[in-house]
Amino acid sequence: MFEYLVRRLATLLPTLVFVSILVFGLQQLLPGDPAKILAGEEQDPAVVAYLRGKLHLDEPLPLRYAYWVVGVLRGDLGESIRTQQPVRELIVQKLPVTVELALLAFVIALAIGIPAGIASAVGQGTVWDYGANAIALWGLSTPNFWLGILMILLFSVQLGWLPASGYVSPFEDLGANLRAMVMPAFVLGNAIAAVLMRHTRSAMLHVLSSDYVRTARAKGLAERSVVLKHALRNALTPIITLGALELGTLLSGAVLTEQVFTIPGFGKLIVDAVFNRDYSVVQGVVLITASAYMALNLLADLAYFLVNPRLRR
Amino acid sequence: MSAVLAVNAARQPAPAAGPWRRAWRRLRQRRSALFGLGVVLVFIALALFAPWVAPQDPIATSWGAIRKAPSAEHWFGTDEIGRDVLSRLIWGARASLLAGVVSVSISLLLGVPIGLAAGFLGGAVDSVISRITDAFLACPFLILAIALAAFLGPSLANAMIAIGVSATPVFVRLTRAQVINVKVEDYIEAARAIGNWPLRIVLRHVLPNVTAPLIVQATLALAAAVIAEASLSFLGLGQQPPAPSWGSMLNTAKNYVDNAPWMAIWPGLSIFTLVLSFNLLGDGLRDALDPRQR
Repeated sequence: MFEYLVRRLATLLPTLVFVSILVFGLQQLLPGDPAKILAGEEQDPAVVAYLRGKLHLDEPLPLRYAYWVVGVLRGDLGESIRTQQPVRELIVQKLPVTVELALLAFVIALAIGIPAGIASAVGQGTVWDYGANAIALWGLSTPNFWLGILMILLFSVQLGWLPASGYVSPFEDLGANLRAMVMPAFVLGNAIAAVLMRHTRSAMLHVLSSDYVRTARAKGLAERSVVLKHALRNALTPIITLGALELGTLLSGAVLTEQVFTIPGFGKLIVDAVFNRDYSVVQGVVLITASAYMALNLLADLAYFLVNPRLRR
Repeated sequence: MSAVLAVNAARQPAPAAGPWRRAWRRLRQRRSALFGLGVVLVFIALALFAPWVAPQDPIATSWGAIRKAPSAEHWFGTDEIGRDVLSRLIWGARASLLAGVVSVSISLLLGVPIGLAAGFLGGAVDSVISRITDAFLACPFLILAIALAAFLGPSLANAMIAIGVSATPVFVRLTRAQVINVKVEDYIEAARAIGNWPLRIVLRHVLPNVTAPLIVQATLALAAAVIAEASLSFLGLGQQPPAPSWGSMLNTAKNYVDNAPWMAIWPGLSIFTLVLSFNLLGDGLRDALDPRQR
């Protein structure tokens, strides 16, 4: 276990270094002088000169990278060109909104994906199986921004049940918050549900053909108890770890979902930053999502080791 | 006796039938994969013959026909400045398919050689390539593509580059894993023993044996690339107006969803149908080419 942890962390560090080079390198893609582009349309010479100094643009590239990394390690992600706010502050402001959306979406995905996967494995080859697979294929092939628009059309425009956009903080009014979040969370959870369903199906099929399940059946246990107690418990481990890999899909999907429902989260932040040519915000968001994704995957790996005694030793 | 032998002989696949022909035979038995292939071919035909198929000019505005519901004249209705939705859909198929094909080609051209090098050479080369791949994979696909498209500047070409580069790490990983499996096979050892150059071994003996999973992955990546192009265009980072793209059509449609829902329904249905078809074809190819991976 300890050895594994050391090895895992040893590969994590170089990966983080390459992530930082990647994010820093984005700036090099800008056509022309970064200072002039970052200064915005006015290109005020004073601002350009200030930016040249701040970004160390007159220094050689490796040195600029070093300055940037040291800043990042100190928690300095630069500042927004538009609002002069530190990028870190902007991210800290928007993050909770996206975290709430992502958590709700994940709950919805679990609630749909796992039962559908069980039904499809238990009833392999039956109508249930085909139905669940058809739904999974639909979930994987539907662009979530389109699904969002269709849901607005049905539930907001036609039926008038739910607000089409707008976000209310859960601390102000939890009911209004949930009413505003239920459609975006469903839209975002939909694609993950499909993936979870497929993982659950194959994990359950694998477990259901194992010896101890046969033993449990031979003992005369009720099928319900065999499936839910004996099989599902063992199938859950791979489902959870594979599910953790879907966090990237969740974060990518959040960008589009927040755009459709005008939710002021992380995704809206990066899209607005792109259109305001607020490049340090874009870099900050990429760096934070990549780090978060790596951290969560590390946690999922550790959880996998903890719940699987055979791997511990 | 001889009759039995004759029947058996007839049942045997012809000796000339190579692995590709056998795969095609297996693929033909899967109705869903054939359906997918058929729909993809229809979209390709629509995209190729757009100038002749489209009933109207996709960028011709008509102030007299703003947001008109579907009718005999405009089958799928008109948009917010009176353009024919059907014609824009047909021309939009070009952007989607082009984005799919070009970005997957970029991923293959970058990913396969890098993966071959990592898997075949091993050692330090492999470690460095694997860590860089991990770094790319740590950035969520669409967020990386958005960042690349943002820094390169919004256009369809840059969106294709961004999608292609973002999808490359998957191909690096897949190629590397396949090569590591293949390079311990006896025939590789034999090729080495008779004194072949490493490059020749890689191209003549390793590459042909890793193509099947790459074809499957490429088909599924086409589906992902079509969605990604639509997503970037939806955000305004792909095809620029007035040129039509399904994603940007949805972007404007969302502002008129209460009084012109047809603007939103058809482009989304087109993306869904094309992506579904690529997914069905990819699943079918996986079963046909690589029965172990089911």
